[in-house]
Amino acid sequence: MKKRAGRETAIAGIGQTEFSKRSGRSELQLAAEAVKAACDDAGVAPAEIDGLITFALDPSDEIGLIRCLGIEDLAFATRIPGGGAASVATIHQASAAVASGAAEVVVCWRAMNERSQYRFGQPQAGGNFAPGSGTSSLLWCMPFGAQTPGSWAALRSRPYLDAFGVTNRDLGRLSVVQRDYAAKNPAAWFFEKPITLEDHQASRWVVEPVLRLLDCCQESDGGVALVVTTLERARRLRQPPAQIVASAQSIPFNVEVISNYYHGDLTVMPEAVGTAKRLWQQSGLGPQQVQAAMLYDAFTPQVLMQLEAFGFCGRGEAKDFIAAGEIELSGRLPVNTHGGLLGEAYIHGMNSIAEGVRQVRGTSVNQAREVEHVLVSCAMAGAILGRV
Amino acid sequence: MSSPTRPDPIETPDTAFFWAGAARGELLGLACAACGDLQHPPRPMCPRCFSTQREEVKLSGRGRVLTWIFPRHPAPIGFAEAPIVALIDLEEGIRLVTNLVDVTPDAITAGMPVEVQFAPTAGGRAVPVFRPAR
Repeated sequence: MKKRAGRETAIAGIGQTEFSKRSGRSELQLAAEAVKAACDDAGVAPAEIDGLITFALDPSDEIGLIRCLGIEDLAFATRIPGGGAASVATIHQASAAVASGAAEVVVCWRAMNERSQYRFGQPQAGGNFAPGSGTSSLLWCMPFGAQTPGSWAALRSRPYLDAFGVTNRDLGRLSVVQRDYAAKNPAAWFFEKPITLEDHQASRWVVEPVLRLLDCCQESDGGVALVVTTLERARRLRQPPAQIVASAQSIPFNVEVISNYYHGDLTVMPEAVGTAKRLWQQSGLGPQQVQAAMLYDAFTPQVLMQLEAFGFCGRGEAKDFIAAGEIELSGRLPVNTHGGLLGEAYIHGMNSIAEGVRQVRGTSVNQAREVEHVLVSCAMAGAILGRV
Repeated sequence: MSSPTRPDPIETPDTAFFWAGAARGELLGLACAACGDLQHPPRPMCPRCFSTQREEVKLSGRGRVLTWIFPRHPAPIGFAEAPIVALIDLEEGIRLVTNLVDVTPDAITAGMPVEVQFAPTAGGRAVPVFRPAR
C-alpha cells in the first residue's frame, strides 16, 4: 500500500442541470447553475470556493464563472487534457490540491451544449486543432474517412473484440442493462424508455461490424459540478461525505485518447491497467472490495475493457460477466446505474462521478447493496469513493 | 474520371515530410539519425536517445492488416464510396491508419499481406492507401 500524503479529501456536493438536447441557454449559464446546485447540495456558499477545475476542452471561462458566482478570490485554477479522460482526473487533481493545502473548496465542472450548439458525433474533415484533446485523430484519421469518435473507437476496439470472440450482440447486453437503469432514472434522457436486445440488434450500423446506434453514447446539453474539500470539513457539511479513498491518472507511453492505436497490444487498455494499479496500491483494496462501478461508456466496448483492466473479471471474460447478470442490481458489481453516458446523458463523464457519489450516499434510484466503495473510471483516470 | 474528393491531409511542421513524400509516391517514416529508432506518429525528438537529428527513411510499403472497419453513419465527408478504414502493421514495425482498396469486404482477413499505393485528395495532395499484396 502506497498511501497518498496530505489531508484526507471527499466529495461534499454534487449538482447538475437537467439533461436535454436543447438547453436554450448559454454553456456558461449551465456551468453556473450546476456549480450553484453543487454548493447548495453541500451546504457551502459559492463565495467559499477557492479552486476551479475543468476540462481543457470546456468552452466556459473561469473568469465568467467567478463573475456569476461571486467567488471572492480564487486560489487555484487548472484545466485537464484528454477529452473525456479529464472527467475523473478533475476530482483527482482537486483532491491533490486540497490534500496539499493549495485550496480548501475546489469545484470541478463541465457544461456543454453538445447537441444544440455543436455535435461531437458528426464527421469533420477540417483541421481545427484543440490543444489538450489527447488525440492525433485529426492528423492521421481524417483523410481516411475515420472522422467521428465512433469510427476512432471502433477501430481501436475491434482487435479486442475479435481476440475474445465478442460479438455485437454481446455488446448489446450491456446496452440493454444500462437502458434499464436509465428507464428508472427520472434525470435520464431515456427515462421510461428501456430497450430489448432485439431493439439493439435492429438499430443501424454506425461503424460496421463494431458499433450500432445503441452502442453509442448520446449527444447532450447540460452541466455537472462536484465540490471537493477536506474530509474533515465535509463531515460538518450537509451531506454524508464520499471520501476520495484513492485517485490516479495514467497516461502511458504512446497511448492516446480514443485514437489509441500506437501501443503494441490493442487487446488491452494500458491506461486503465495503469490507473487500476495505482488505485489498488493507494487504497490497499482490490476488485472484491468494490460494490459498484461507473465506467466511462462513450461506446460499449470501452466498458468491457475497463471491467477486465480493473480485474473485476479475467481477460476476455467481460462479455460473460455481463451475460451472467453481474452488472445488474442483483449481480456482483452494478455498473453505470444512472444509465451511463448511453442512457442518462453525455456530460463527458462527469455525470457518472455524480452517480458514484449517490451510490456512496445510498441515494441512487438504482441503489446497489451494502456499498462501501465505488469505482469511478474514465480509463485514463480513476477514483475509489468510500462511505465514511 | 471525376476529380478527387478525399479530404486533404492536415500538415504540421513535424508531419509535413510524410505528406510531401506521399505526394511524390513515397511512403516515408521518421527515424532517429543518431540511434535509428523508428516511431509513428512522427515526433521531433527521439524518445530513446533524445536526439533531435531526424532522418526520413523510405519504407517498403509492405505490411499486414491488423484490423478494419466500415464507417456507415454519418457518412464520411469526401468519399463517394464508403471507405474501408484499417490499421496496417508495416514490415518496419510501425502502425498506420489507412484505407484498404481494390478488395471486396468479404476477402479481407486479419494478417492479410498488403502493399501501398497512393490516392489523390481534393486539393492535389495524396495519401498512402493499401491493396492486397500481389
